[in-house]
Amino acid sequence: MTVAALQRPPKVTRQASAEGVRLSLSGDWTLVASQHLENEGRRIIDEARRDRMVAIDLSAVSQLDTAGAWLINRARHDLARRDIAVALEHVRPEYSTLLEETHYRAFEPPSRPRFNLVVALLSDLGESAVDALREFYRGVSFLGEFMASMIYVATHPQRFRFTSLVAQIELIGFRSVPIIVLINVLVGGIVAQQGIFQLLKFGASSYTVSLIGILVLRELGVLLTSIMIAGRSGSAITAELGSMKMREEIDALLVMGLSPIEVLIAPRVLGLIISLPILTFIADMAALFGGMVVSWWYGGISPVAFASLLKDAIALHTFMVGIIKAPFMALVIGLIASMDGLATQGSAESLGRQVTSSVVKSIFMVIVMDGLFAVFFASIDY
Amino acid sequence: MTNSSTTLNGAPQPRPNRDIIISVRDLVVGFGDKTIMKGLNLDVYRGEVLGFVGGSGQGKSVLTRAILGLVPTRGGSIRIFGQDRDALGPIERRALEQRWGVLFQNGALFSGLTVKQNIQMPMRETRELSQHLMDELAMLKLELVGLGSDAADKFPSELSGGMVKRAALARALALDPELVFLDEPTSGLDPISAAEFDELIGTLQQTLGLTVFMVTHDLDSLYSICDRVAALAEGRVIASGPLETLLASDHPWLRAYFHGVRGGRLSAARVEQKDEEWKPAPTTP
Ligand SMILES: Nc1ncnc2c1ncn2[C@@H]1O[C@H](COP(=O)(O)OP(=O)(O)OP(=O)(O)O)[C@@H](O)[C@H]1O
Ligand SMILES: [Mg+2]
Repeated sequence: MTVAALQRPPKVTRQASAEGVRLSLSGDWTLVASQHLENEGRRIIDEARRDRMVAIDLSAVSQLDTAGAWLINRARHDLARRDIAVALEHVRPEYSTLLEETHYRAFEPPSRPRFNLVVALLSDLGESAVDALREFYRGVSFLGEFMASMIYVATHPQRFRFTSLVAQIELIGFRSVPIIVLINVLVGGIVAQQGIFQLLKFGASSYTVSLIGILVLRELGVLLTSIMIAGRSGSAITAELGSMKMREEIDALLVMGLSPIEVLIAPRVLGLIISLPILTFIADMAALFGGMVVSWWYGGISPVAFASLLKDAIALHTFMVGIIKAPFMALVIGLIASMDGLATQGSAESLGRQVTSSVVKSIFMVIVMDGLFAVFFASIDY
Repeated sequence: MTNSSTTLNGAPQPRPNRDIIISVRDLVVGFGDKTIMKGLNLDVYRGEVLGFVGGSGQGKSVLTRAILGLVPTRGGSIRIFGQDRDALGPIERRALEQRWGVLFQNGALFSGLTVKQNIQMPMRETRELSQHLMDELAMLKLELVGLGSDAADKFPSELSGGMVKRAALARALALDPELVFLDEPTSGLDPISAAEFDELIGTLQQTLGLTVFMVTHDLDSLYSICDRVAALAEGRVIASGPLETLLASDHPWLRAYFHGVRGGRLSAARVEQKDEEWKPAPTTP
């Protein structure tokens, strides 16, 4: 709000009098005047600092709020510290109550620990190293807890929450189908187009089909699906568990003697483990379809020719390599998402941080896992 | 009680029954196929403390939210400071919103900010003040609501339930608004703090001419600081006026409320004490 918009801006008027100085305050001494109010508050001190006695006349103050009263009180205190006698005059009764309530008090600034750049840098470095190790340790122990509760559930199947599992499969699996199909059709098409375009130089464009078949079935289908699900469902799981943690819902479960892992996390992680292979299969088919359409339209390979070339290029194990990886990806995504959700602190900001960290970490881990699997399959010659 | 002209050495008191600051007419509010307000009428006068009572789940918070514009209404009109709320443009509406302060039932503090930053939020966004003055004002507000300076740098998740209430009140009062909405301000406070709270509201009302719309179940607050009380039942205001009028009412719910096991004990005690002396209630044993 600008000062011009104020009807009665706060004002200090100085008059020298016989015994000292007289400051008449007028206008609205309220926060609406914002910095104008603050400046006038400072002027009380500036106008009176060279005198021995000051009378502050409040008769013309049309409005006073706690901020105005505080500034007047602070000025009085500052003047008194300089051995200047201050008297308030013509104070309306309701103002005097307010002035009493807002009497001057010193607020000591919060003590800040001393800050040294080098020390801070080193301690940050050490802290993040320790955090990384601790994170790993927590991950392993969480995996252990999860497995223990899986074994418990396997021996007590009546305790398992099937309704919740089905709901999770619908949320994670079924509702992801459209987006998974869409991106995989596109990626299959792009791989086909590039394959045909590049291999044409060697007159080997029919190898495009092998390229699509092997690349999609072994790697792309499961990778794209996992990354999509990490972004889509992993983030949702973290946010859900995180906001439950913030509102003490997790604590409520604990004090009822229920285990959050059994009640909340098992259905979600199992839902992921069941959904991801199915989605991977759908993704494979969609990508092959996209590749086939582009090969036909761009490379002149008819669907019949595509099918027979594909049959020669791949075997069952090509397909299985992709599918076998899916449940492990699901486990990693689910565990990271749950762990980060439960690590949420009290604030909304922390929830946001956990969701980001969950998605980034699971995508990273999915790619690392894929690399490990590639090494593994290569060494067992599968 | 507090609007009596004998308080504060005969100071000119904000006189109720003059200026209507909130006027709600034929308000209809519902969710889905459930109608919660069925043609509700309510007036709040300038400078008064209006206590708003009603059974749990009757829609007190919903009415507050409807007046604040947080819940869509299905019919009726709401006028605040003489302006029809639905007819306001975005700029006028923002100006209006700076003239009130709100204490939500569950505090609604910003979880990512410390208590001090929460209080400074409205100052920082709408006023141009130095950080030093904002710090002082925030600490002053905290002290007024009875929170020590050690609470200033805590985050909301580190506060007790009663501390959340006080911090939220300090934030509601940050800009010294003309009108404050308090949704169950004293629930979760111990009786001593609740009495101090009532005293603070009373002081602010008298010194700043504050208008207070207070949803409360606290019979003590009703007796000690409310100038008028309105009661909500079945989607309507079934009675409003000075507490004595409501105490004398025959409405079955009001009778149960004020003359039931808990209410009865208090009202009997208060009516007796009222004849001989009257001070702000919290200070009387
Ligand atoms: N967002 C919403 N959607 C559907 N119904 C709602 C919603 N908010 C409130 N209600 C319903 O409106 C009714 C009134 O709720 P409200 O919160 O106003 O009660 P209240 O009078 O404040 O009760 P209390 O004293 O317990 O705080 C309740 O029946 C509640 O279920
Ligand atoms: Mg409520």
